[in-house]
Amino acid sequence: MGKYFDMLMEDVRMKEGLHACMNCGICTGVCPAAEFYDYDPRQIVCAVQTRDDETIERLLKSDTIWYCGECMSCRPRCPRGNAPGYVIQALRTLSQRLGFFVESEKGRQQLALKRTVGDNILKTGYCIVPKVITPELHPEQGTVWRWIYDHDEEVFGKFSPCYRKEGQGALRKMDSQSMDELHRIFEVSGGKKMFDTIEKFSDAKAREMGYPNGADDEYMMDVFTTNSNNHY
Amino acid sequence: MRGNNWKDYQKQIADDHYYYARSCIRQNFFPGSEKAFLDIMHNDLGKEFLDDPRHSSCTGIGYHSDVVPLETTMTVVARQFALMNEAGYENFTTSCITSFGIYTEILSTWNEFPETEERTRENLYKATGREFAKPRSIAHTSDVMYHFRDEIAAKAKHRLINVSTGEPLRVVEHIGCHYAKIFPKAGVGGSEFPYVLAGMIESWGGECIDYPERRHCCGFGFRNYLVQANRGYSIANSQKKLESMAPYKPDFIVANCPGCTMFLDKWQYAIAEMEGTTYGQNGQGIPVLTYEEMAGLVLGYDPWELGMQMHQVNVEPLLDKMGIEYDPSAKYLGRNGRYIGQPESSVVNAGCSKTVYDIRE
Repeated sequence: MGKYFDMLMEDVRMKEGLHACMNCGICTGVCPAAEFYDYDPRQIVCAVQTRDDETIERLLKSDTIWYCGECMSCRPRCPRGNAPGYVIQALRTLSQRLGFFVESEKGRQQLALKRTVGDNILKTGYCIVPKVITPELHPEQGTVWRWIYDHDEEVFGKFSPCYRKEGQGALRKMDSQSMDELHRIFEVSGGKKMFDTIEKFSDAKAREMGYPNGADDEYMMDVFTTNSNNHY
Repeated sequence: MRGNNWKDYQKQIADDHYYYARSCIRQNFFPGSEKAFLDIMHNDLGKEFLDDPRHSSCTGIGYHSDVVPLETTMTVVARQFALMNEAGYENFTTSCITSFGIYTEILSTWNEFPETEERTRENLYKATGREFAKPRSIAHTSDVMYHFRDEIAAKAKHRLINVSTGEPLRVVEHIGCHYAKIFPKAGVGGSEFPYVLAGMIESWGGECIDYPERRHCCGFGFRNYLVQANRGYSIANSQKKLESMAPYKPDFIVANCPGCTMFLDKWQYAIAEMEGTTYGQNGQGIPVLTYEEMAGLVLGYDPWELGMQMHQVNVEPLLDKMGIEYDPSAKYLGRNGRYIGQPESSVVNAGCSKTVYDIRE
């Protein structure tokens, strides 16, 4: 067996998601990412089950593994009980651990996800809060969202007695003990280490790409917005 | 085939005494729906739910964006269970489909790979000093609403009927991928014949539309929406569903997942602004409801108390069809009843010439 395949198999999602693929392609047939991108989950599974180091390393450094939307539409359809979506999750985790994610445009976006969703969890206890959904970065949210955003205390106050305050209700401020517990969970279970790994490899890559200050806000916004349009 | 499958996908849903976990997305975009759920359960049905302020996000959006490792998400989930145990509850319900998928995946993983449960217990104890017992039952909040659909029907002030024609309203139901595609047996009806929303719609007088892309993803795709550069994926998949459903002339869409509700609403706005295309019968958008809003309207709740002013696609055409009285001047009032201005107009609500369904045909 190849070393990358062995590393992948340490992930329970590989044990659950990849038995023996017979290449029927039904996963590709129902895949929303396959309709949009030049993407074929059948080929991903096929490549992984070669167990070949060179092939798997190429995948780990590619845009390809970052196209999947993790909707898991593939899972109930596979006649062999495989889940290409789980295989993708294992590949992505390994790609980040090894620092290979920075070698592709879509992979580099992990920094933006860490700095938005990831940091939000540690700052607020939630993946998102209204104030981070700025109309400037989210024009698709429309005119009503802008109205809500501009009058958040008034609008959310109608439905929650504790908007951004401690208490029972929607969008409450988390109490400090709960936030401390959440931080310690991230420290002992590997969440903090993953965040630091994403930052470390992104910073090195940013410098290599000519950003003098490394993975600063300019680099982060570039990975958040850049689309080379070479993915279809 | 349906008969045999149906027997396999019945689900035990507890009658009462739930620990309630909020949703990051639902509380952001549909806070009125979370309030309505608790109000309906407490005030209309006399059920007891604990709204515990100590629980956090399950981290599901971070997990499915691949920045939060599985072990971390497992430990956060274990903490929610510990809080539930401490409060004296055994039935866990969550207001989010991503979370529901997370809870079912983690319980299944612990069952399949007991060493992962052991590691989680160690992590939780080390981080918080807490221990946990697994819940006796896990339900999505829509499962609970479905469970009480007949009681709600018996108290109905309005039905899902067009009061002008007496015909059932035609409803698109969207259950959300993570409700039953990951673990089909965790959802009412499984992934083949999901019945959680259809059961409510039928009990309350409406008619479900079967259309080609009924089970297609709404297009969230986690990183494919969360990163601006990838949003083409998201809007393209929503558009595929909207194009597929429009010829069947839906009166409204109801979604199980708060993310799906938001995307099917907001992408209609974006498509209308970008291309001038709308999908409703009136030349405007198709209203998109949460199931709590649907239940609330049936029970006679005021649409603005349900938070339906927070939708981008106007809901008034649907309220008119159902014969619901509402005060148009109350739509944009703030928490103390003060007018706080109103949103700018948009193509999806103004109507446009290029509709997929042309009412003149």
